[in-house]
Amino acid sequence: MSGRMIADKTVKYVLFVNAILSIVIVLAIAFFIFRESIQAWTEIGFSDIVFKSVWRPGQDQYGILAMIVGSVAVTFGAIVLGVPLAIGSAIFLGEIAPKGVQSLLRPAVQLLGGIPSVVYGLFGMVVLVPLLRRINVPGNSGYGLLAASIVLAVMILPTITSVAEDAIRAVPDSYRSGSLALGATRWQTITQVVIPAGKSGIVAAIILGVGRALGETMAMIMVIGNSVIFPQPLTANPLTLFLSQARTLTGNIAVEISYATGVHESALFATGVVLFALIIIVNVSARWLINRQSAITTTRQG
Amino acid sequence: MQKIKRLLTFGFTLIMILVVVAACAQTAGENPTSEIPTSEVPAGEMPTNEVPTNEVPTSEIPAESTTITMAGSTTIQPLAEKFAEAYMTDHTNVRIDVQGGGSSVGVKAAGEQTANIGMASREVKESELTEFPGINVFTVARDGIAIIGDPNLSVDNLTIEQIKGIFGGTITNWKEVGGEDANIIVVSREEGSGTRAAFEEMVLGEEVLITETAILQPSNGSIRTTISTTPNSIGYLSFGYLDDSIKPVSVEGVAPTEANASNGTYPIVRPLNLITFGEPTGELKAFVDYMLSEAGQAIVVAEGYLAVK
Amino acid sequence: MINENLEPMLHNNSATLRSNLKVRSASQNFWFSIMWLAGLITLVVLLLVLGYVIVQGGKAVNWEFLTTAPRGGLSGEGGISTTLGTTVYLVIITLLIATPLGVGAAIYLIEYAGEQGLTSPIMRVLISITNFAVETLAGIPSIIFGLFGYALFVSTLRFGWSLLSASLAGACLVLPTVIRTTEEALLTVPDDYRRGSLALGATKWQTLYKVVLPAGLPGIITGIILSVGRIISETAVFFVTLGGSHRLPTSIMEGGRTLALHLYYLAMDTNAFDKAMGTGAVLVILIILINLTINIISSKLTAKVRGG
Repeated sequence: MSGRMIADKTVKYVLFVNAILSIVIVLAIAFFIFRESIQAWTEIGFSDIVFKSVWRPGQDQYGILAMIVGSVAVTFGAIVLGVPLAIGSAIFLGEIAPKGVQSLLRPAVQLLGGIPSVVYGLFGMVVLVPLLRRINVPGNSGYGLLAASIVLAVMILPTITSVAEDAIRAVPDSYRSGSLALGATRWQTITQVVIPAGKSGIVAAIILGVGRALGETMAMIMVIGNSVIFPQPLTANPLTLFLSQARTLTGNIAVEISYATGVHESALFATGVVLFALIIIVNVSARWLINRQSAITTTRQG
Repeated sequence: MQKIKRLLTFGFTLIMILVVVAACAQTAGENPTSEIPTSEVPAGEMPTNEVPTNEVPTSEIPAESTTITMAGSTTIQPLAEKFAEAYMTDHTNVRIDVQGGGSSVGVKAAGEQTANIGMASREVKESELTEFPGINVFTVARDGIAIIGDPNLSVDNLTIEQIKGIFGGTITNWKEVGGEDANIIVVSREEGSGTRAAFEEMVLGEEVLITETAILQPSNGSIRTTISTTPNSIGYLSFGYLDDSIKPVSVEGVAPTEANASNGTYPIVRPLNLITFGEPTGELKAFVDYMLSEAGQAIVVAEGYLAVK
Repeated sequence: MINENLEPMLHNNSATLRSNLKVRSASQNFWFSIMWLAGLITLVVLLLVLGYVIVQGGKAVNWEFLTTAPRGGLSGEGGISTTLGTTVYLVIITLLIATPLGVGAAIYLIEYAGEQGLTSPIMRVLISITNFAVETLAGIPSIIFGLFGYALFVSTLRFGWSLLSASLAGACLVLPTVIRTTEEALLTVPDDYRRGSLALGATKWQTLYKVVLPAGLPGIITGIILSVGRIISETAVFFVTLGGSHRLPTSIMEGGRTLALHLYYLAMDTNAFDKAMGTGAVLVILIILINLTINIISSKLTAKVRGG
């Protein structure tokens, strides 16, 4: 009996160690990436890295502002293109679609999320880039923000759709019945009752999508052109901005890490630190919103 | 119905796993030396060996069963693999591991003795010689860098000044250099690439920097793919990678051919350098001598590079 | 999963209410068709990508392609056998590391954390930090895991570009997936099972091992299969930790190239778009199979829970 109890205790402590391993890993990630970047912060300086946009390791210039802008621009493009579709699909799945259609579309969204990013990248390179090259604007190579945004929009769609659908489904059914009983149409119920009630969850879904978009690497390298420039319109038409090439923070790391030595390598880790910080901010705010959402729905439900 | 569906899926999965296992077993069973690639793609600039697994502290290697590690330039990598393959068939006690990483990594690896031989597809810089005073540089082959355009490019010849203008971003339309009215799309290698460094050093000089709007690609292969599929694009490429999918452009009226490069008329030729720490001795010296021997230089020529003798 | 269980019940309820109210304005019809369109576009996008890759890539896929080794070269000669092999090795090693850690962590968080939290405020804080860490881990982009693996395993610990470095970094990547799915699986096991077992005199661990874990097994397996999918499709992490040699590694200290990495190299370094597409088709088919398996297991699971 006592042997069993000792075994029981041991197991408990072993499992406890397993559980806190996640904390250890997160701290280790932060520690090692920061440690490798220290040389860059001290030798180049924070403001010369974050607020300068010239990246020429050969000339000892390591500004990543252009890549921060590149990451933000491509994420913005992906959100503009992807969010209406994703939220539309979520509303459709949660409120409108008949059972049969749901059981077709839900695995489809799941599958869309499972497709490897290199496959999206390849599809972008082989199908999308040649297609976009036909847009007749001088200097348009097909590679650039638009191609990257479209690829990214498809990649973040599953994340946004599934989280937003969960948020919509979490809205208690009494809300809907109440609204319908008051004579509202189903569409009015969706826009006036369901969406406002699930708002934080839906916003969180979008923010999680932003996090996913900021972090995507390989597909971006394959379609964005990787030029280290501030994205700028190719002609007088400001919309041609999206035909401009760019480089993302993630792409900068992946493309150059195997070449880099010394300060250059350290500067790439500094790029990683900036990316890590951005992602943490984005994800923490998404989590906060999701928790608030579940707090709201449970209190109201109760 | 459900049951049958489930059974089918599991059956299919099982078959896939069997295929995989069979495939592995088969390849594992094959003679590994026969698999050394004849011209391996510069493995996407992958394994830098700043941190090699087979570390040999000094250039001196004991005679019995030795491992020689090479690391650095991805341009030299396929050539080095050929050297290694040929040498290992005659010297079964030697194992030669060839890794990529790029020219800068090659110099550093030799200087810090994390590899026995570093590879650099450019001249070793003054700064590197000061940082690693113990290194010993020798040229194993030479390589031309061709200026290439997409297959339908309207221009056949460019002067050095025109090339400077195009890559520097001051010439932006093909009509300025005698071609069609179309915007020029510049494609270049990444910072850190030996091919880029050699191109900058020999063509652009100190004052011209590659335009920021250039599309940057991380390997020789992806440069070639991008240019072959992008109309009105221009870039530069090692001779070894030239093929029908792209159009080589003459420089100052001289076509980028091996003949023109070896007789000195083609202007953009760089050395392919190997670097050791100190004078090589023992088995390492034997391997280095082999690469510079007639047999070794025959391999250089067969791979499309220029012999040094 | 809980949502799915409750969902049909709620739906029937409101469906009757809704059908009683036949109030349909033109605006509603318009917006509903837009929503239908959104769903349709999503489906079309999926079919487009899958269809293109499978049809185009399918041309390159045959028995020879699957069973010969890549020969390298600028035209991307050869097949994909060694990359399939490396993928299998990497999946197995990564899961050997991640599964015990992840499942253990989940068991603690679900089965022990509650009572520990009651007794000690420090434990309560620690547990909430753990939950936060798991969330954070799930949101970190893969290139960051790659950088971490490069700095710690490849450089500091001197494992070099190897299966070991890659699988350790990969294990960190899939850990949150394993933890979260196992937690969900454990939550679906009815409390009566635990009480019954404890009442019969079993210790807590015996209860977990003999009763709770078997009951939650399908859910845990779902999590593992989900992780298999993540490892197969991951590129960025292995790009900086696995090296890129297309030869089959013969030990855990050697590097290699997974299917997804091979696809990247083919697309970026060679002119062999057909082979790249072929590799893509194989990848996509593997992912479809994985998703099918997961759906079958979870539908089985739901059926069982409903039956019980």
